[in-house]
Order: sequence, then C-alpha cells, then structure tokens
Amino acid sequence: MSASPIPAAQGAKQVTGAPQMTGAQMVLQVLREQGVTTLFGYPGGAVLPIYDQLYGQGDIRHVLVRHEQGAAHAAEGYARSSGKVGVLLVTSGPGATNAVTGLTDALLDSIPLVCITGQVPSHLIGSDAFQECDTVGITRHCTKHNYLVRSVEDLARTLHEAFYVAASGRPGPVVVDIPKDVQFARGTYVTKRSVPEHKTYRPRVEPEIARVEQAVALMAQARRPVFYTGGGVINSGPEASKLLRELVQLTGFPITSTLMGLGSYPASGPAWLGMLGMHGTYEANHAMHDCDVMINIGARFDDRITGRLDAFSPDSAKIHVDIDPTSINKTVRVAVPVIGDCTEVLRAMLDLWKARDLKADASALAEWWRAIDKWRGRKSLSFRPSTEVIKPQHAVRRLHALTKHRETYITTEVGQHQMWAAQHYDFEEPNRWMTSGGLGTMGYGLPAAIGTQMAHPDALVIDIAGEGSILMNMQEMSTALQYRLPVKVFILNNEYLGMVRQWQELLHGKRYSESYSHSLPDFVKLADAYGALGLRVSDPADLDATIQAMIDEPRAVIVDCVVSKEENCYPMIPSGKAHNEMLMPDDWDVDLDRVVDAKGRELV
Amino acid sequence: MNAPLSPYTAPPTPRPVSSHTLSVLVDNEPGVLARVVGMFSGRGYNIASLTVAEVAHADHVSRITIVTAGTPEEIEQVTLQLDRLVPVHSVTDLTLRGEAVERELAMIKVAGRGEDRQEALRLAEAFRARVVDASTASFVFELTGAASKIDHFVELMRPIGLVEVSRTGVAAIARGPEKTP
Repeated sequence: MSASPIPAAQGAKQVTGAPQMTGAQMVLQVLREQGVTTLFGYPGGAVLPIYDQLYGQGDIRHVLVRHEQGAAHAAEGYARSSGKVGVLLVTSGPGATNAVTGLTDALLDSIPLVCITGQVPSHLIGSDAFQECDTVGITRHCTKHNYLVRSVEDLARTLHEAFYVAASGRPGPVVVDIPKDVQFARGTYVTKRSVPEHKTYRPRVEPEIARVEQAVALMAQARRPVFYTGGGVINSGPEASKLLRELVQLTGFPITSTLMGLGSYPASGPAWLGMLGMHGTYEANHAMHDCDVMINIGARFDDRITGRLDAFSPDSAKIHVDIDPTSINKTVRVAVPVIGDCTEVLRAMLDLWKARDLKADASALAEWWRAIDKWRGRKSLSFRPSTEVIKPQHAVRRLHALTKHRETYITTEVGQHQMWAAQHYDFEEPNRWMTSGGLGTMGYGLPAAIGTQMAHPDALVIDIAGEGSILMNMQEMSTALQYRLPVKVFILNNEYLGMVRQWQELLHGKRYSESYSHSLPDFVKLADAYGALGLRVSDPADLDATIQAMIDEPRAVIVDCVVSKEENCYPMIPSGKAHNEMLMPDDWDVDLDRVVDAKGRELV
Repeated sequence: MNAPLSPYTAPPTPRPVSSHTLSVLVDNEPGVLARVVGMFSGRGYNIASLTVAEVAHADHVSRITIVTAGTPEEIEQVTLQLDRLVPVHSVTDLTLRGEAVERELAMIKVAGRGEDRQEALRLAEAFRARVVDASTASFVFELTGAASKIDHFVELMRPIGLVEVSRTGVAAIARGPEKTP
C-alpha cells in the first residue's frame, strides 16, 4: 500500500461528508426527496425560517390559503384526487388549532396528510408563550400519529417517517411539530434511503391466503350475494378499482358502494345498485338486507350504512376485507375477516376464482337479479319534475350530463346537496369524488376543489355546494383567484340549512329552529368582489345555458342556482330503522310520527 | 316494539364482563403513555390498574401493564386499538393466554394502640407483610401479592385503624421459558 494521502482524504470525506444544513433547509430537502411539489400553508412567527427557505426556490409550489382549515382541506383534495400525500405548513398556536378540523376530517376519511407546524422555541415550551399551544397534545386524538421534534438531529428522519406513517397501512394525517430553534439549528441531513425500517409500525398488506380461500369458497356458494365496497378501494389506488371491476364482472354479483367508495365501480356498469345507506337507493339497501353473502371490501360498517344494528342484514354471512384490524368486528360480527390491502386481496380473490374456475349457482343468481330488478323498479331516486322552479336533483343531473364527457372532479360541502350529488352525479372513475364523509365537515368543498385543481390543472373541478356550507370557507375564493384556479362553485341555494331543515320537519314537528339562511350575501356580487364570474339561475329553462357558461368561463365561477326551497332528500332510512324500512319519495304524506318513534329522534 | 339499536343507543351488553390483564410493549418515546391512556378515555374503555416502567434501557422499550374489564368483543377491540398505535411493539392479553404471574405492591398505614396494634401485627405476619415504618402509634406495612390478597388485607385493617393505602398497580408476566412476543 502506498502512503498516498488520497484514500485517507476520501475516508475523511465520508465521515464528514453527510450534508450539514439548518432544520428549515432539511424540511425543504425532505419535501423534495418525498416528491412533494405542492404545499398548502400560511406563514407565521414560528415557521418563518421555513418560509425563508421557500423564498426564491422553484421546486415546491406554495399555495397561500386564507385560513389554515382551508390548507388542510386543500391538502385533502390534493391527496384524494392524486393518490399522493397532501402536505400543509402552518404556524404555532392558532395556525395549528385552525388546522385541527381538517386533520380530524382526514383521520375519519383515512386521507394521507403531513402537517408541519411551527412551535415556539424549545426553551419557551410550557411557559404559555405567545402563540404557544400544546400542538401534539391537541392533535394526538385527531391524527394517526404526531411528533414534537426536540433536536435538529432527529428532524430529517422524523419527517421521512411521517410520510411513511401517513401513507402506509390505513392512511391518515400526521403532524410534525418543529420548534423555531430547531429550524435554525444546523445538523446532519438523513436521506430517505438511509432511514431504517420502522421499529414498530409495519402494517400487514398481503392477506393470509387461507382467509382468502375461505372468502372465495363462501362467495362461490352464495345464492344472494352483494359486494359492499368503500373508501379503502379508492385509497388502495386505481389498480384496486380495476381488479374490483374484473371481479364483479367475473362473478356476476351486484355491487353497491358507500359515499367514500363512489367511482370504484362505474355507475353505468350493469351490476351497479347505486349508493347504500341512509340516503342510498332502495335496491342497494334491500339487497344488503336480504343478501346471504356480503362481501365488504374496504368499508367499515359505519352507522350511516348499517342503520339499526340488530336488523342489519340479519341472514348474511359476511366477508370483511380491511387493512385495519380494528375495523374487524368493531360493530358488526363477520364470518371471514381478511386483513390486507384491497389491491392485494382483490388480486388474490381473482386469482383463486379463476384458478378454481368457480361459479356461483346461475339460477339462484338469476332469481336474485330478478328481485333486484323489482326493487330497481321502485325508482327510489325519482323526484317530481318542475318547469316553475329548479329541482336540486335535476340541477345535479344536468351538471352531470354537461360535464360527463370531460375529465371532471367533483367536491362537495356537507348536507342535502352532498347527498344529491352522490345520488345523481354518476361517477365512472375513482379519485374523481372528494367529499367529507366521516366527519361531515361543512366548508370542505371549496378548499378541497382548490387542492384538486392544483393536482389537475387542466381538469374541470366543481364544488357542488349549499348556500350554508359555502360561507364556512368562502375566503378561499381569494386563494383560487390568486393562483388563477378555475374552480367552479355550484351552489344549490334553497335558503335553508337543508338537511337540518329536513330533520326538523321529520323529527321535530316542523319547528325550523335557526335553519333558515337569513341575510345571505348576493353571491353574484360576491363572486365579482373576488374577481370571479358570478352567475345566477332560477328558471329551469336557463339551467343548461348557465352550466355551459360556467364550464366555458376560464376564471373561477360561482353559480347561485336557486332551487326549490323545501325539497327533501329521499330515499331515507330514518334513524333507528332497518334497511328495509326506508322513506321513499312517494311517502311524502305519510304520518311521520308513526314512522319515526321517540327513540329514533334521539339518534343523530 | 324493540328499542332501536344503533352504535349510539346500544344498551350495555348483557354478556358477562371479565377482567383482563394486557401487557403492552412500547417504544419509550415522549407522549407514549398519553397515547395509550388517551385511547382508553377517547373510546370509552376503562382502566382498572396501570403500571409503566422502562424494561429494556438500551432499546428504549417500556412495558405497560393494564388491567381492564369488558366483554370479549370489547377486550378484542382494546387489544387491536392498542396495537394500532404507532409506537406500540406488541400487545399480549395475558388473561387470554392464561398462565401469567400477577403481582402488586402496596403500602398500608395503620394507626392504633394496645390490642389493635397487636392484632395488626399478627395479621401482617399471617399475610407476610413487612413493617417498613413504625411509630408508637402506627405502622406502615409493605405487602406484595395478587391484587385480591391486598384487597383482603386492606379490608381486615379497616376496623383496626386503617389510615391510608398506596398501591403500585399490577405488574404481570407470562409463565414459562418464552418471551412475550
């Protein structure tokens, strides 16, 4: 060996060669490494070092929202429409607490988010410093996991881990709280590749094959089967939807989806029964009630789905595919639990079904379809058309008719308009439908539309809204205009908090306590004030032209679609009732006291 | 008519409630206990006893032993919900596994003079409790054993002059040569 100094110098370089940088620089570097190109946020004192790093760089586009709740919902819309992790950056104290609703929303709908919050400098933590709050304490219950980073040496690894936790297993929101001194401090950067495998969190993705065998055997024996699919199929990625479609076609079984699962199977498909649950179709709910084998894929037996638990699908053997073991037997006992990612489970089911050349009893299946066709004959989504006033269902149907040939993404707020959108806008593809299901967050739709439009700049993004919900995050119109995002806000304006009004009509003796929308702004002028186009339509004859004008406008648009004021959302399973005890659109004049008892009124 | 049953109004299940001891190995990181305890309070489960201490210093692993009561379904949910927490390594239902040793340490202060004092000492001897502090008018006994044994001793001390009790909560470990997964 020569005494050349070169190898020694190289060795020394390896030791000291790990990049040194400030915490704020690390944040940007992790985002780049994780492939983040869009960041939703709002600056403040405790995140200024990070904002300083954002200044003048071109890798990551920062979208300045007008309220931190908007940042969280925008990140959700971005994540749900693109399948990527949504990222937001907010300051300490009020910045963090304002994001809490969005984080909770993401937790309930299993949406992968990474939320970076600034924190007061370490030495001030616990002193009730200006804009201090216990962010990890407050967000512990509304995140999948959260971190307070106490040392810059832990920062890069923690941030990489946050992305891993957010996106793995059942996705969810993760908070990383970074004190300001940690953002300034210099430390060693850790690359994504050099982060070791997580010590404790390794969710199971591949199903146990014995369970899949049991499931498939049960399916092959079924006489009255039904697929009941949920958001897990969407979350698993487009491949899961493709496999699901193949499995449905191969088996010939009918399929219904939850609110979260719409689009995984096309609404134009022959096996489609429509959405199920409280405002689901007659055929979907009756098929669920009468089936003998229920195949739940990526849904969680939510109370909006099951209705009265002791009468929920009483005679069926249930298969439950879920990536989260806590979903199994949480409210409904199942015969065959399959833990795994929907894509993997569906693939295994398909492979087995094909390999064993299985077929369900054809005559039993034909009889089952005849029963379903009879239920379909009830036409549970029908409504009385009008030439005088725009019916909200009609407005959604026209919106669908005029946008279905385009790449269209629909977001919603929460309430009647949300249910009408779910019922009447026929979704053909996954990731095209962004709505707040679990938490039911009014004000979700507009920021979610902004996030969706950021992910799909050339697509048509429409927020189907109510006049009540839209005012909850109206300020985000300003964001849409700043970034020239042509989002379309389509308000079904009935001058009521319609779902509240409907419940008051059905359950509280028509005492419309505080549900009338007084003192509404002039939405056309409001749009104008923001620099968007405002349109109003109240005559059914003008509806199509208005929708077309909205689509053709290159800017953001608010359409004030004045609809019939007292329309109720049917069909409906009243609280505390079973799937086969639905209120139908032609039941308008029924004696409600007979239908809904005192006990049912207590439910939500 | 049957009362409507939903997740909101489901009456307490008539199924028998039993006590289970769960052994939870966790990464000893800040806030991990709050996560575990918060899961119980947030989802409405109860904690009868809880102990926590680091058991592998080099690996930063702590063992949390929780005694909780519920129906078999509830206990299963508790176990799965605990396992879902990111810093949790493993959850073992020691009651379900059977064959576990459970012990608790208690310190019991008893005050009295004369015959009561003699009686307290005699009972302490019968229970193999140690005197760890004494004054002319009081004793502090240290007692280790199953929780039921401590309950029993405390009840016996009550009429004699029980002042106060401090208990550690249950620590438990599976019998046999295997390590808890």
